[in-house]
Amino acid sequence: MQRHRRHGLWLSFALHRLSGLGLAFFLPLHFLMLSQALGGAEALDTALRWTDNPLFKLAEWGLVFLLSVHLFGGLRLIALEWLPWTPGQRSLAAAAVAAAFALSTGFVLTAVVT
Amino acid sequence: MQSFRSLLYRFSTMTTLPSSAPDSTVTKKPTRDVLLVSIWRGEADEGDFEAHSVPAHDNQTVLDVVSWVQQHADPTLSYRFACRVGMCGSCAMMVNGEPRWTCRTHVSKVADDGALTVAPLRNLPVIKDLVVDMDPFFDKWVAAQAVHHPSHSRADPMQPVSTQTPERISANEAIECINCAVCYAACDTVANQPDYLGPAALNRAWALINDEKDAARQEILDAVSGTGGCHNCHSQGGCAHYCPNELNPMASVAGLKRATAMRFFKGR
Repeated sequence: MQRHRRHGLWLSFALHRLSGLGLAFFLPLHFLMLSQALGGAEALDTALRWTDNPLFKLAEWGLVFLLSVHLFGGLRLIALEWLPWTPGQRSLAAAAVAAAFALSTGFVLTAVVT
Repeated sequence: MQSFRSLLYRFSTMTTLPSSAPDSTVTKKPTRDVLLVSIWRGEADEGDFEAHSVPAHDNQTVLDVVSWVQQHADPTLSYRFACRVGMCGSCAMMVNGEPRWTCRTHVSKVADDGALTVAPLRNLPVIKDLVVDMDPFFDKWVAAQAVHHPSHSRADPMQPVSTQTPERISANEAIECINCAVCYAACDTVANQPDYLGPAALNRAWALINDEKDAARQEILDAVSGTGGCHNCHSQGGCAHYCPNELNPMASVAGLKRATAMRFFKGR
């Protein structure tokens, strides 16, 4: 990484952009999975059995992480551009990442316990 | 704007040096007493880094190091400086990959184990060595209408200005720019979108919009809401991170985004 990019707000930008791309790649797979219902309940159940795989649980953790980091990063940007400026932008960016971790970790713990 | 340019260009140093200067081009390992300095020589497309060994001193600035090389090792090295105290904005360069005002940047804070790499400012055409052409930077100030538009003449009585209004406070937060182009060099949006007006010009435009003495608010909003305007900004924050005067052009650009959007929704 080039040296001039090594600061919190640029990393927040990169995280927001990459999480958005990740979600864009996820959506077609999501719709493909749902479309299995068009072939009947049996076809959908066969596809859904994939989700019992532990690797899938890990992928779901990643998905929730992407969703939450993109959500909080987006809220940060909206706050930056539409609300009067506050000097704590870096703190907000860090809080967005922390909240994303907390949400996604909570989700994976819930998934493991149940 | 001409006065900015004349100030900046006046001091491209080209002095001749004593012939008995030590040979600093011998590459050594950096030690406590010696800095290993790589300096860009040539133009943008054609050139290379040249290594010099420079005596290390306490409280040494990057500009001191560049000046030492020019005065003791290579008199043909071109670089730009003027005031040496962080007021004129002439001496900005890329130091170890980051834009810095070299006259106020201590070597001890930026050297990597005694090694320094000094290159011309990013995002501007290189004229020679460490000297860049500032024309695109200042042309964008004019394109952003970031120039004063008088609302009164000298025949009018002096206009009282309250220091307490929110607009004046916003303007005051943006007025200490020294035109060093550090923010312009730090900005990836400038690198990827050549038409983008850049953080410095937009910061100035925001100051003028909040200045009750400026008579062209609508013209400024027109200028900053076009193709290369404020809505190109991705809020990456390099401008605010590197501004040597601790200004926040990103906040100013956000203010312009709000002002132009509000004007759009009001149908103007």
